[in-house]
Amino acid sequence: MTEHRAELHAEGRLDPSVRNGAAPAGRRGRVGRRRRDEHQMVPDAVFTSYYGRPVVKASPWEADIPAYLFLGGLAAGSSLLGAGAGLTGRPVLRRAGRVSALGAISVSFAALVHDLGRPARFVNMLRVAKPTSPMSVGTWILTGYGPLAGLAGAAELLVPVVDRLPCSVRPPVRLLGRLAGPAGVGAALVAPAVASYTAALLANTSTPTWSASRKQLPFVFVGSASAAAGGLGMLLAPVSEAGPARRLALGGALLELGAERAMEASMGVTAEPLHQGLGGTLMRASKALTAMGAAGSLLARRSRIAAAVSGAALLAGSVCTRFGIFEAGQASARDPKYTVLPQRQRIERGETAGA
Amino acid sequence: MPSLSGPLSDPAADAGWEQPQPRKGFFTDTSVCIGCKACEVACKEWNGVPEDGLNLLGSSYDNTGSLSASTWRHVAFIEQARTPASNTVSLGMPSTVKPGESMSPESATEFRWLMSSDVCKHCTHAGCLDVCPTGSLFRTEFGTVVVQDDICNGCGYCVPACPFGVIDRRIGEQGQKNVGIAQKCTLCYDRLGAGNQPACAQACPTESIQFGDLDELRERAAARVEALHAQGVSEARLYGESSDDGVGGSGAFFLLLDQPEVYGLPPDPVVPTRDLPQLWRHAALAAAGMLAGAVAAFVGRGGRR
Repeated sequence: MTEHRAELHAEGRLDPSVRNGAAPAGRRGRVGRRRRDEHQMVPDAVFTSYYGRPVVKASPWEADIPAYLFLGGLAAGSSLLGAGAGLTGRPVLRRAGRVSALGAISVSFAALVHDLGRPARFVNMLRVAKPTSPMSVGTWILTGYGPLAGLAGAAELLVPVVDRLPCSVRPPVRLLGRLAGPAGVGAALVAPAVASYTAALLANTSTPTWSASRKQLPFVFVGSASAAAGGLGMLLAPVSEAGPARRLALGGALLELGAERAMEASMGVTAEPLHQGLGGTLMRASKALTAMGAAGSLLARRSRIAAAVSGAALLAGSVCTRFGIFEAGQASARDPKYTVLPQRQRIERGETAGA
Repeated sequence: MPSLSGPLSDPAADAGWEQPQPRKGFFTDTSVCIGCKACEVACKEWNGVPEDGLNLLGSSYDNTGSLSASTWRHVAFIEQARTPASNTVSLGMPSTVKPGESMSPESATEFRWLMSSDVCKHCTHAGCLDVCPTGSLFRTEFGTVVVQDDICNGCGYCVPACPFGVIDRRIGEQGQKNVGIAQKCTLCYDRLGAGNQPACAQACPTESIQFGDLDELRERAAARVEALHAQGVSEARLYGESSDDGVGGSGAFFLLLDQPEVYGLPPDPVVPTRDLPQLWRHAALAAAGMLAGAVAAFVGRGGRR
């Protein structure tokens, strides 16, 4: 307690509100390096809070949402690979892409419903279409994408076994087989929106770290989606067919790493949660795995094992990216520093008068 | 297309009401708040809001903590030690010094207690309302923002969207009232419809919470700040009153005696949707890039490898 007070007095020299005689309410925090050098020229930033309590609320979302961010991206990239493989005569890659997309989007759907406070009311999402709500826009994107990806995936699963099915279902399965191509291409055309709208979903909030990432996050997310889907393609398809998967994975990984770097550089203090705590650990793992996977994809043309290992690294890297950005955002909402400090700085720089 | 940010003369009309009522709101004058918490109690009683923890939080007399799904009025208590201003006169008030000891002028401190009843701001541009994917949150004819309990599916998007940390999803055993659903102050929509004032304003014994037409409240608040400044209370300021702020002004605004963050309020709240058009452009560009990248992955290096 005494120590705390002493620290406050020391800071009082720098903080006008303390100098004016108002003692701090609750906690006064400090940003940046701890006072190693008493004579440092740039004073530490000081902010005030109400007993250190959060100003904004962290989302009530749990692991369902970052899992969906990953799986939705994986489905999107897989649909692109599946459609491209279908058009260029790569049957194994086509099958892998379409079935992966079906599986990933099905689990995504389950995660999204499970996350609701009232899962039975999921259909209420379809009452309105609101461009101001990325979740509403996403619902409609998924409503378009889901059935198309589902048709293409179901065809891959059912058509090969059509002769073992009961006679009565064979005609619809054969029809499914004929629809699979157009449906797969349709899914691939909607897929990029599936991968990128989730960035708008996170960034259109008052969660400091998500909000501050808005310019680059869509590129991080489509990069991560491409890297994951490319990685899965490398894992599932033979080396001879997996060329496009390798190129998609490499391009995606480089885009993700580059956009993430630019993002952190532009975020100021709200980048801190991307380096600290659980979010920081996940982001470090994400960068290492993605870089490793990208490097491995260069060797994957010659070795099936290298393809599988780097594919798995890219998938794991994408999981870490999504969970890392999710956790960093949650942490940024729980600490009043990340809400108050950037806002106070905007006012001090004269960009706004505040409220 | 409704406007996404900036001043707006009539949010109800902007939301499509053909015969909007005058915009209603709260002016919470914290300079006369005595911290009785009658507003918290009246709100819970009238709206049937369940108990959400009987805790001792160690933050002065505030054992409520913050606004939440089951706390729609929250009284903040801030204890401040201040050096007495030179123009104040000692009234001989009881001090904390032992009998017989006198306080030296150097060590003399004056103690100040800030109390403030926080509430949903009913923003002109409401982040919660903008992002609600079900249409459960809506703009009433009074310009306020209300959750329709029977429509909300508990997606939780409004929770991180609010720049003030007001709305939350109710926690509790499934099956209890509105558990899993986003909840916040309705500005007593039911009472307004019947021509009454909200329960908290009616219960407030010092008229710290004033309810009325927003235009009139703004005039009243400006006069009050002027009067306080004339009395030497130079730190008195309005918060959320200006329609030029990041949420286009609040339906519920405050007179504060210190910086907003001291009370747990954001100094420069901005509705996230203000930047959404730019965000959609970036998302569209990224999506186009992904499609182009996938095409390039197939046509690159000429064919089958």
